[in-house]
Amino acid sequence: MPAIDMSSNPQCEKQHAVPQKAEVVVVNRNGTLRNVFIWIKDGLPRAHWTPPAESAKLDQKGCVYVPHVLGIMEGQQLEILNDDPINHNVHAESHINPPWNESEPPRAEHKYKTFDSEEVLFPVTCSVHPWMRSYIGVSPHPFFAVTGDDGSFTLKGVPPGTYTIEAVHEKYGRREGKLTLTPGGTATLDFTYGS
Amino acid sequence: MGVESSNYHRYRPGLHWWSVLLAFCTLLLVVAGGLVTSRDAGLSVPDWPLSYGQLMPPMEGGILYEHGHRMVATTVGLLTIVLTVWLFRSERRRWLRWLGAIALLAVIVQGVLGGLTVLLLLPWWISTAHACLAQLFFSTTVAIVLFTSPWWLRGPSPVEEDPKFPIRNLSLAAPICVLCQLALGAAARHKAIGAIYHISAAPIVTGVILWVALRILLHYAGNGELRLASTALLAITFCQVFLGIAAYMSRIASADAVQPMPLMVTFTVLHVAVGALTMAASVVLAILVRRNVMAPAPAFAASSSRVTAAS
Repeated sequence: MPAIDMSSNPQCEKQHAVPQKAEVVVVNRNGTLRNVFIWIKDGLPRAHWTPPAESAKLDQKGCVYVPHVLGIMEGQQLEILNDDPINHNVHAESHINPPWNESEPPRAEHKYKTFDSEEVLFPVTCSVHPWMRSYIGVSPHPFFAVTGDDGSFTLKGVPPGTYTIEAVHEKYGRREGKLTLTPGGTATLDFTYGS
Repeated sequence: MGVESSNYHRYRPGLHWWSVLLAFCTLLLVVAGGLVTSRDAGLSVPDWPLSYGQLMPPMEGGILYEHGHRMVATTVGLLTIVLTVWLFRSERRRWLRWLGAIALLAVIVQGVLGGLTVLLLLPWWISTAHACLAQLFFSTTVAIVLFTSPWWLRGPSPVEEDPKFPIRNLSLAAPICVLCQLALGAAARHKAIGAIYHISAAPIVTGVILWVALRILLHYAGNGELRLASTALLAITFCQVFLGIAAYMSRIASADAVQPMPLMVTFTVLHVAVGALTMAASVVLAILVRRNVMAPAPAFAASSSRVTAAS
């Protein structure tokens, strides 16, 4: 991916020893794709899944969102940090959950937000620095993951059953696969993007 | 020493040049607004009317464009207030005084629309209305420049409308079509519709402008004002068509970019600004046509009635 041009914002630029590359498409060394949101879209028994007590963190660091793709449960707290010495605005461009846009000055107190409805994925952007963009997937249950630097994902503790698993990438879109899990067993599912 | 028309409307250089300053600042405001949209900076300042709770936030990144736009808008608002008061205190033409009042009302509404679009997170219909009203306001300021100019106060140069090539009503088609095209462009920029509608309408609007301007140049060229105004409209439209093509091609070329690219921003903002000039030029041409081209006098039928003296 191309390097981000931060020259119009020296405060951002000087925080990177080498130019920061865009994370829209990150292909790992093994040819797999990073930053793909994976979740169980369908098949889970009706149940109320309790969100974890710890918050999911979205940091603004060197005028880049960390992480680039974030999974969170309905009702779980999202903690937004600003590690930069400059102003940011944080705009959740959600459609199902109410959207919001708030400023976060440097050294400000962390922001805390929650999302109450399932929504996979929506962008979070900063209009002060138009290259800043991350994505949030809000899941009604805890069975979701984001692919990392080996392209793999693991969903633990899933009850036995047959599920529709969905992979969502910000540029390449959605893929679905079926998977059946037996009691005490494991199952593997591969997603392929491109031709 | 002032120029006086037959109606004794005195030329006031101060008032005229103030309105020129207002029109120029309004064009700058259109450019500033275009930059905000093209740089994706519309929400970089989440609060309104203050910016980050201050009158003067740090001018960094998108804040430079958004707050800069607000500063130019405040200047235009103040200039409009002064112009309106000036018109009401010194202008004898009542309709011109009311045009000043309409301009003031428009700039107030425009400010509120600008604030709402920030607070409501850029709903397309408010953003599009904000963009369209900006164009109308700019045309209003240009019309006031025309009405306060010595050129206007010298009076019309009447010419009779050629019934085979009528122009009085046709001249209104150009600003109406341009306004519709500007609305389509604004709606596309604010993602309400696809750019295809704006692109498809471009040949139609260009055709209408050519029709009006060429009819004037071919059949009313004896009138210097009309000749100048239609030539100017043609030249501006020519530039606008090429800027539109350049803006679209640069947008396609940078579709995968992670941030607005300078070439795309430059062509798009120029396209917005020259769009405002196209609108204003078509309005000026329509005004001049309506003023100078007289509807043909109705033909009187030979009367067959007979007048008889009463006995």
